[in-house]
Amino acid sequence: MHTKTITQLSAALRSGEVSSVELTSLFLDRIKRHNPALNCFITVTEAEALKAAAAADRRLKAGDVAPLTGVPIAHKDIFCTQGVKTTCASKMLDNFIAPYESTCTAKFAEAGAVMLGKTNMDEFAMGSSNETSYYGAVKNPWDLARVPGGSSGGSVSAVAARLAPAATGTDTGGSIRQPAALCGLTGLKPTYGRVSRFGMIAFASSLDQAGPITYSAEDAALLMNVMAGFDEHDSTSVEREVPDYTAGLDNGIEGLRIGLPKEYFDEGLDDSVARVIDAAVKQYEALGAVVREISLPNTGLAVPTYYVVAPAECSSNLSRFDGVRFGYRCDDPQDLFDLYTRSRGEGFGAEVKRRIMIGAYVLSAGYYDAYYLQAQKIRRLISDDFRAAFESVDVIMGPTSPSTAFRLGEKSDDPVTMYLSDIYTIAVNMAGLPAASIPAGFVDGLPVGLQLIGNYFEESHLLNVAHKYQQATDWHLQMPKEF
Amino acid sequence: MSVDQSDITKVALLARLKIDEADVPQYVENLSNILGLVEQMGEVDTDNVVPMAHPLDAAQRLRADEVTETDQRDAFQGLAPQVESGLYLVPKVIE
Repeated sequence: MHTKTITQLSAALRSGEVSSVELTSLFLDRIKRHNPALNCFITVTEAEALKAAAAADRRLKAGDVAPLTGVPIAHKDIFCTQGVKTTCASKMLDNFIAPYESTCTAKFAEAGAVMLGKTNMDEFAMGSSNETSYYGAVKNPWDLARVPGGSSGGSVSAVAARLAPAATGTDTGGSIRQPAALCGLTGLKPTYGRVSRFGMIAFASSLDQAGPITYSAEDAALLMNVMAGFDEHDSTSVEREVPDYTAGLDNGIEGLRIGLPKEYFDEGLDDSVARVIDAAVKQYEALGAVVREISLPNTGLAVPTYYVVAPAECSSNLSRFDGVRFGYRCDDPQDLFDLYTRSRGEGFGAEVKRRIMIGAYVLSAGYYDAYYLQAQKIRRLISDDFRAAFESVDVIMGPTSPSTAFRLGEKSDDPVTMYLSDIYTIAVNMAGLPAASIPAGFVDGLPVGLQLIGNYFEESHLLNVAHKYQQATDWHLQMPKEF
Repeated sequence: MSVDQSDITKVALLARLKIDEADVPQYVENLSNILGLVEQMGEVDTDNVVPMAHPLDAAQRLRADEVTETDQRDAFQGLAPQVESGLYLVPKVIE
């Protein structure tokens, strides 16, 4: 039962083959058994989960069902969950019991989904390996000596090891797609503004977006049907009709125009990963797609620009953590300045402090034009590259990550090397476009992800294109043997 | 662009972060490397480019000026490190 997709679990729950309490207990048992090795959960909400499962069973009996009613799910610990510890994997919030519920998790609860717990992540979503968490690194179920990717590392590790059938993640520079790629899962970052950010602890507000992490594109569509939509509590939420994301999954893709950006296949890409991506593109050609090379000339500027925009926004967002109203406070503060500086100095980890300092530096007097304003202008150029490309292609494809999962500790001493591992995912966030990563094969037993980038609000089309590939291949159904 | 120890001290002050003396050299190295990466931006001619502050170039949505929130002071103060009589306590600011 633990290897079934959400689509299958939903059918089993409706037919009465299994109850939500049975299903929830099964996953809770698996979490107990495997979490010590993976460290993918920060908090397991066993009592609340069993209670929600019993309520879901009553709904199922009464025939009051939505597709996710009774289905267990894990939430990244960046979403505020009322009455449940919400840490963002930081010592700063180790004592924080959220006093309100995020819109995203509330929508899942309304649909009858059962929250199993809160997953580990990079501290405040700042990282690409899940090694910056205050609660320790998360392990990749495909090889416990390797990272799961980040920042949604706990969510992908949990789903890949079948400790949860699906999870939520957030993506500011690749934090859904890169870990999904490194753990062999389907991950979707929707268009900026498609999913409410209300109650999602902010890192870089013009880039952050929540999305689903699942086995298949079909499952991702089911989660999107719950997550997407306008929310008056988020001032950047988009007022636009939400389609049924499952409706077009089976549409034909004959004549689909695929663009391969030449900059995504340069010397930075591992040869073995490139071969897997080439094979996936050939599979699309066999399905009737037409492939052409395109250029996104400002690709190389995406990482440098991101490391101005994201830290600038983070330094502003994280100024709220001051030790006064909630969160960590240092012992025995001597005066107000000491209270602020020691609470923040002791409460934040090294990577978060680095990014706050970069942000404070680029925004400080005399540097604003050279850094922040220049970064916003280059952001426009990066976005214009995509606009031009989408005039002649329907979807852009390439690798999600330049390599497979790296070893724990391999890049953690060198921030810049770590940052460059997000080279193919960051530009999408700068432009605000939707993009997915889907499993496309393996190199030495480690998963490789194919990235699909779509035009604004074309999540349905991306999921359709992903689904057709998953109908023709079974990479997305592979699972790590030890679990 | 590289930063020195005094830059680190200044920016830590601006960001209200207490940094251990012993960690300053590490921050000097890390921040210099990151700013080195960022430096590539300077080579791009952006004279006629309009800055992009928001991915969808959306305008700020406004709402009617009506009270919609309920008073949850007790719930919020329950999370605070130190409160008294409905007030958040910090070390004395004015003698």
